Amino acid sequence: MAAYVLRRILLALPALFGLVVLSFVLVRIVPGDPAATLAGDAATPQQVEEIRARYGLDRPLAEQLLVHLRQVMTGDFGRSVFSDRPVAEEIGQRLPATLELTFCALAMATVFGVGLGLAAALDHNGPVDHLVRLLSVAGLAVASFWLAILLQLLFAMDLDLLPLRGRIDVELGPPAERTGFFLVDALLEGRRDRFVDALRHLVLPAVTLALPGLATIARFTRSGVLETLQKDFVLYARAAGYGRFRLAAIYVLRNAVTATVTQVGLLFGALISGAVAVEAIFDWPGIGTYAVRAILSADYKALLAVTLVVGVVYAVVNVLVDVAQGLIDPRVADTSE
Amino acid sequence: MIALRRLLRDPVAALGLAIVLFALVVAVFAPWLAPYPEDAFESHIIQRLRPPSAEFPFGTDALGRDILSRVILGTRGALVVAVSVVLAAALIGVPIGLVAGWREGWLSDLLMRVTDVFLAVPQLILALALSQLMRPGLGTAMVALALTYWPFFARTVYAETRRLRVSLFVDALAAIGMPPRRILLAHILPNAAPAIIVRATIGMGFTILTAATLGFLGVGAAPPDPDWGLAVAESRQHLPEAWWFSTFPGLAILLLVLGLNLLGDGLRDVADPRLRRSRG
Repeated sequence: MAAYVLRRILLALPALFGLVVLSFVLVRIVPGDPAATLAGDAATPQQVEEIRARYGLDRPLAEQLLVHLRQVMTGDFGRSVFSDRPVAEEIGQRLPATLELTFCALAMATVFGVGLGLAAALDHNGPVDHLVRLLSVAGLAVASFWLAILLQLLFAMDLDLLPLRGRIDVELGPPAERTGFFLVDALLEGRRDRFVDALRHLVLPAVTLALPGLATIARFTRSGVLETLQKDFVLYARAAGYGRFRLAAIYVLRNAVTATVTQVGLLFGALISGAVAVEAIFDWPGIGTYAVRAILSADYKALLAVTLVVGVVYAVVNVLVDVAQGLIDPRVADTSE
Repeated sequence: MIALRRLLRDPVAALGLAIVLFALVVAVFAPWLAPYPEDAFESHIIQRLRPPSAEFPFGTDALGRDILSRVILGTRGALVVAVSVVLAAALIGVPIGLVAGWREGWLSDLLMRVTDVFLAVPQLILALALSQLMRPGLGTAMVALALTYWPFFARTVYAETRRLRVSLFVDALAAIGMPPRRILLAHILPNAAPAIIVRATIGMGFTILTAATLGFLGVGAAPPDPDWGLAVAESRQHLPEAWWFSTFPGLAILLLVLGLNLLGDGLRDVADPRLRRSRG
């Protein structure tokens, strides 16, 4: 198992290296001059040249790439041209907000997705099945920014049940920072009010973000369970007198979820993409809003760092998923040489 | 023809087809179907933010324009974006998938690793960055979307090519001396076509969603374009009073993407009957 985990990690490294090179090349070869964008419309040609020299943009592209790679290796992402603060520091502050949001969304999507998928499969072609099918196609077709606005309209503006935006009530203030996850920090300092408030702020963005993932997971679980139900061992267990529920919950589900687990990993990338729009609407101070700001202000250092951080998070999650898969189904770890 | 008949036998897929055909008709005849076609550009500030009524079934927006007309007029844009992005993505992804699937060795490895790296970048961030760097607008947003969607085609075609390459008829063709280029284009590509069509249909739904998100974030379509995503963005300042302003353009996105996804699912079942059993 240890060798399997190590192998997965080693396989992820070249992809991350590729990501650094690719994002750099993409940002630098597309039409448009970063120095000119940075200098603004009113800048004189001398000012543009000055900026070009200051950021090393006048060097050959290959040299710039090497400098960039060396900096990334040492965790130095440069300074944001927008705020003039180190990019690594800014991202460090914002990453927990996004992770808290995406993990909650992922947990919600997995729990409800697997539950609904299982329920649908056990009621094959029945009313529950049709309902789940409808929900899962609709979940993949809805634009998350639109859903977010409708949820805001209904639950925050009309019914006044949940907060409209932000991570925590301004008057209450954020909990003392230990992990950066407000839920965890509030619990650590034993402040029930802050925990509840942070949770209330989390509900609408997390639900918005979770819906497409929930739909995908429900679909994969449903077809996985249906396929497993036709296996011989299920027939045998039934003949041996296992109860329907016990059989489904323990034996069938375990065999059926391997495909679902892979999907959870792949979904994480979609979740981070989704977080960009969701964070923008709910004023969530995470990586998504940071990325949008970096893009709109041509803060290319910040942009490169965001891309890399997201890539690393994605790679880590997928390694974890592979490990989880190995635990659920030992054959996976075995057959991979 | 057999495929079509089989598709229509599945009521859900038939519904998808009906929605897509409906959208096509609306897109083609939009200027004649819209009650106020001039509202694409003209504003009538005096009748701003009117709730839905017999005169304006979907209400009016902040500039007094009929929302129903603008939803109808926006259909063409959404479909043009979807079709051209998916076509461009297929033109990049399909050849890469064919070559990587056919060849052994470093070229194949390199192509697929590059594909994987592209897949690891969150599409929306990549598309946002590209379209912003290239000067924001609908055209660049489309280029950016095509550049982020091609890996899905490359993966699909790669898997199909790998599967077909070891089949008996390909061996036979190679044995009678047919050059690889012809085997790929005349025999493997047509066999991979169903998978490509399914991928394209689902890709169109995905593209419409992402393009709308780009428009919503301000790097896609620009005013006064009757773009659906843009309309939802404009509506945000007028909530909670003007609920209809954000609701109807968003519903249009939902309906069209739903239709494309249902059709894609149905086509997948027709193309791959093995999956049919588990779907029921």
